[in-house]
Amino acid sequence: MSLNAFITKETVESDEDGPLSEKTIAVKDNISTKGLRTTCGSAMLEDYVPPYDATVVELLKDAGATIVGKANMDEFGMGTTTETSAFGPTKNPVDESRVPGGSSGGSAAAVAAGEADLALGSDTGGSIRCPAAFCGVVGIKPTYGLVSRYGLVAYANSLEQIGPIAPTVEDAAGLLDVIAGPDERDGTTHDEGADSDYASAADGDVDGLTIGVPTELVDGADEGVEEAFWAALDELEAQGAEYREVSMPSVEKAVAAYYVIAMSEASSNLARFDGVRYGKSGGYEGNWNDAFARAREEGFGPEVKRRILLGTYALSAGYHDKYYAKAQDARAWVKQDFDAAFEDVDVLASPTMPVPPFKLGESLDDPLQMYLADANTVPVNLANLPAISVPAGETDGLPVGLQLIGKKFDEETIIRAASAVEN
Amino acid sequence: MSDTPVDADEVRHVAELARVDLDEDEVEEFATQFADILEYFDALDEVPEVDREDELVNVMRPDEVREGLTQDEALSNAEETEDGYFKGPRVS
Repeated sequence: MSLNAFITKETVESDEDGPLSEKTIAVKDNISTKGLRTTCGSAMLEDYVPPYDATVVELLKDAGATIVGKANMDEFGMGTTTETSAFGPTKNPVDESRVPGGSSGGSAAAVAAGEADLALGSDTGGSIRCPAAFCGVVGIKPTYGLVSRYGLVAYANSLEQIGPIAPTVEDAAGLLDVIAGPDERDGTTHDEGADSDYASAADGDVDGLTIGVPTELVDGADEGVEEAFWAALDELEAQGAEYREVSMPSVEKAVAAYYVIAMSEASSNLARFDGVRYGKSGGYEGNWNDAFARAREEGFGPEVKRRILLGTYALSAGYHDKYYAKAQDARAWVKQDFDAAFEDVDVLASPTMPVPPFKLGESLDDPLQMYLADANTVPVNLANLPAISVPAGETDGLPVGLQLIGKKFDEETIIRAASAVEN
Repeated sequence: MSDTPVDADEVRHVAELARVDLDEDEVEEFATQFADILEYFDALDEVPEVDREDELVNVMRPDEVREGLTQDEALSNAEETEDGYFKGPRVS
C-alpha cells in the first residue's frame, strides 16, 4: 500500500555533476520548486506553481541531485503527525497503523521507506527531528541562519530552518554541506557554513566529550523511551564520553512560549493568502473583507484556522502584553539557560520525542495534547541552536530518537556525537 | 481557570479580525479548545523578567535594480487578472 509520502510525484533531473549526483531527493512541499506544484499541504495552494526555485533547490540542482517529488506535510507546517495535510495523512513505514510524525512526515517516511535517498524538511518547533525520530532516520535542525530560507513558504520566520533528513548521520551531514552558507536573498544568513565539511565530522570520535542531560526533558517521558535513551548514553560513555545531569527550569515554559510566538507570526504570514494574488478565490464578490474571509474559510483546514485565530488573539489589543510580550521574555530566559548549560558541557542530550509514534487519528481531537508532545524540541528553536535526532533503539518495535543539541554554529560536534550513537 | 473568558462571541470577533469565516460548529469547538489552550498559556505569567540580549544589527544592501519576475510570471498564479493587473472582488 502507498504511504502517501508524496503530494506531487514528479522527477526533475539535474544536468550538473556534483556531490549529490546519483542521489534522489524528496523536497518538502513548502519549499518552492520552479514549475513544480508547491501546495504546503493546503487546499488553498492546490494549484500553486512557483515561478522560481528556493535557494536550497538551486543548490540541490547544482550538486547534481535528482528531485523525485514534493513530500507530504502538515498543512503549512502546522502539526506533529502529518495528519493535517489536505492531501491525506502519511503512514509510518515502520508501522502503517501509526503516524510518521510531523510536520515533515512525508520527507521522513520517503527516506525510511527507500522512496528517496535523502530529503529536505523544515523545522519550526521540531518538524524535522520529530518525524526523523518516529520513522527511525536522522534529521538535523541547523543553527538559525546557517541555511537560506529564501523560497520557503513562511510559517514562523524567527523560528524555522530548512534541514536534511537521511538514513545515516554522514549522509545527513553531506546534504547539510550542500545547502549551508550565506545567501544575499536572505538577510538572516551568516558566513558560517560557506566552506563546511560536516560530513567528515561524522567520525564517531566522542573520547573526552562532555554531555549534559537536562532532567526536565527526561522526566515524564514514556518508560520505554527513557530506557532506550539511557542505554544510548551508556553506550556513548563506553566510547569515552561522560555525562552529567543539568537543570534548565526555563524549558518548562518553552511550549507555551513557542506556540504563542509561532501562532502570532503565522497569523501575520498567512494574511497573504487572500485568493487574489494566489490561493483559491472562491469567486465571491461584494465587500472585500467578506470575500477574503469566505475564501479563507474554504481554503484553510482546522489546525491552520486555529493557529491564525489564536495568533490574532495573542497580538490583539489587551492581550499583547499578557501573551506575546511574556513569550518573548520566556524565549530570552530559555536562551540564557542554554548559555549557562554550555559553559560546562559540549552538547546536551534528551529523548527527541517523549513518546513513541501515535496511532493514526489518535491525537486529532485534542490539539493541546498534540502541542505538549513538542516539549523536547521547541526549546532549541526558541534559542536558534542546532540539534540532531539520531535513532537510538526501539520500544515495543517502534523507533526511539536521541536528540543532541549543540552550541550556535557548532554543527560539527553534534554530528560527531550522533555518529558515535550509530556505532 | 483562566481569567480570560473565551465565549462564542469572542471567537467570532477574532475570526472577523483575522478574516476567516467560521461555521457555527467550528465556533463552538474553538471556544472550548481556546479556553484550554489559553489556560495553558497562562503559565507564562510565572516567567521572570529577563534581560534581553541586544545583538541585532541591520543587514543592508544597496538598493539597485536587478532582475526579478516578469509581469506574466508574477500574475501566473492569480485566478483573475485584467490588463496585466491582479483583479480583486468587485466593490458593489
